[in-house]
Amino acid sequence: MRFFGKAALLRIAVVLALIALLELLCRTGVIDNFTMPPPSRIAQDFWHLLIAGKHFAAILKTLGNAAIAFGLAIVVGIIAGAVIHGFAGLREALEPLFATYYAVPVFAFYPLLIVLFGLGEIPQIIIAFMLGVIAVIMNTLNGLDRVPRVLLKTARVNRLTPSETALRITLPYATPYVLTGAKLAIAYALIGIIGSEFIMSKGGMGFEIAFAYTNFDNATMYPLILLILVASIAANSVLGYWERTLLGRRGQQ
Amino acid sequence: MNFIPFYQRWRGTILLILALVIGWQLLYAAIGEVAMRSPLETLHDSFVLLAKPSFWPHVQETLAAFAMALVIAVVSGLVIGLALGFNRLANEVMEPMLVAFYALPKVTLYPIILLSFGLGISAKVAFGAIHGVVPIALFTINAVRNIKPILIKTGRVMNFSAWDMSRRVLIPAALPEIFSGIRVGFALTLIGTLLGEMFASQRGLGYMLMTAIGLHNVETIMAVTFMLIVFAAAISSILLAIDRRLHKRA
Repeated sequence: MRFFGKAALLRIAVVLALIALLELLCRTGVIDNFTMPPPSRIAQDFWHLLIAGKHFAAILKTLGNAAIAFGLAIVVGIIAGAVIHGFAGLREALEPLFATYYAVPVFAFYPLLIVLFGLGEIPQIIIAFMLGVIAVIMNTLNGLDRVPRVLLKTARVNRLTPSETALRITLPYATPYVLTGAKLAIAYALIGIIGSEFIMSKGGMGFEIAFAYTNFDNATMYPLILLILVASIAANSVLGYWERTLLGRRGQQ
Repeated sequence: MNFIPFYQRWRGTILLILALVIGWQLLYAAIGEVAMRSPLETLHDSFVLLAKPSFWPHVQETLAAFAMALVIAVVSGLVIGLALGFNRLANEVMEPMLVAFYALPKVTLYPIILLSFGLGISAKVAFGAIHGVVPIALFTINAVRNIKPILIKTGRVMNFSAWDMSRRVLIPAALPEIFSGIRVGFALTLIGTLLGEMFASQRGLGYMLMTAIGLHNVETIMAVTFMLIVFAAAISSILLAIDRRLHKRA
């Protein structure tokens, strides 16, 4: 029954109240329709967008690229995290990089990447990957730090090789923490792809949103934005659920 | 200053910077003048830019927007964090929503912010602030909730007034964690402000970058990027050092 506790019910009420408030503000003209259509209108437009399939190619392109960048960030991030964890000196040297990395505007590299690879999908995927991979590395390191000594000793007693230890003990133990990084990587993958599509691109949801923005086409812009938000919340909830299940099995919350 | 202990203390950072510069030089050797400039050329171009009077209004615009965004993010983050930290039910209701908002790709919301605030400095400020406010609020909630009850009880036993209680117990106990939040918020606010400038604006360093892309002005792209990174990395390192010291003392 935890799922529908008092707090959860109140949370739903708060969200509904906020939507109702927006609806009221839009209908009464406090927020004019050029700025934002009423939520009920957005919901209708959203439905039309889905069944019309007009922006299907753009949606597929953006979400596909985000998925590629996310996959790369996860694979490279976990491997790099496991390697860095093995070398204390390397880790010490990289520590300042991790600490300042997210203060650096990675998008500043986008122009450079366009010059290198042309105005295609590769620069966008690289930006999204660069944003996400460090979060995965940092959370992998955090997870590996928490592996109890007794598990490592057991591995040694059973004469597991280092790669066996990593695959059977340390990485499975670290999975919930890696998932924390993965949730961030989803957000960063979308930020990277859509952000670079906003800045300069030839297609994709970010491009369509920017195009709709310049044409005052709120009936296209708001549903597309909503779709991105829904996709990101959905992906996040799935990973969050997995994370909680794993931790719950260990008796942690 | 004795050089050896200094080197030992900063060995990691020094090696990292060396590695980055060497990597940069190698990349430059591989790619060449079309897309990049060498570290030395970039350093030179940066000084050239710094000497240009036309460069400073952009710096001023970005700094002003960033400063305003940071003040808004810190103040509202602290207010939200304190309000939720001291109220259990409100926190249970709101914290998951804050976490969900934190994980949203906020870039997507920029057109909405532009529509609401117009194409001026206020859109950038708002965009920077929404990036920074949530982490500061989340860290503050955590800081307040993790104050050891025994500290508060001790304060009560000593008959502290509300003022003494906050000044001598609550603030010192919560400060390290709150500072961590401000450190993270600083970085995110800076990114938000610059992103806002890159997407749509008529002044500022982000705007300079975008114009330079349009003109394929590699010198300016490299020099501005370089200076932004040095600025962000320097301030972050200082904040990180203060952060560590506060946590060590606690």
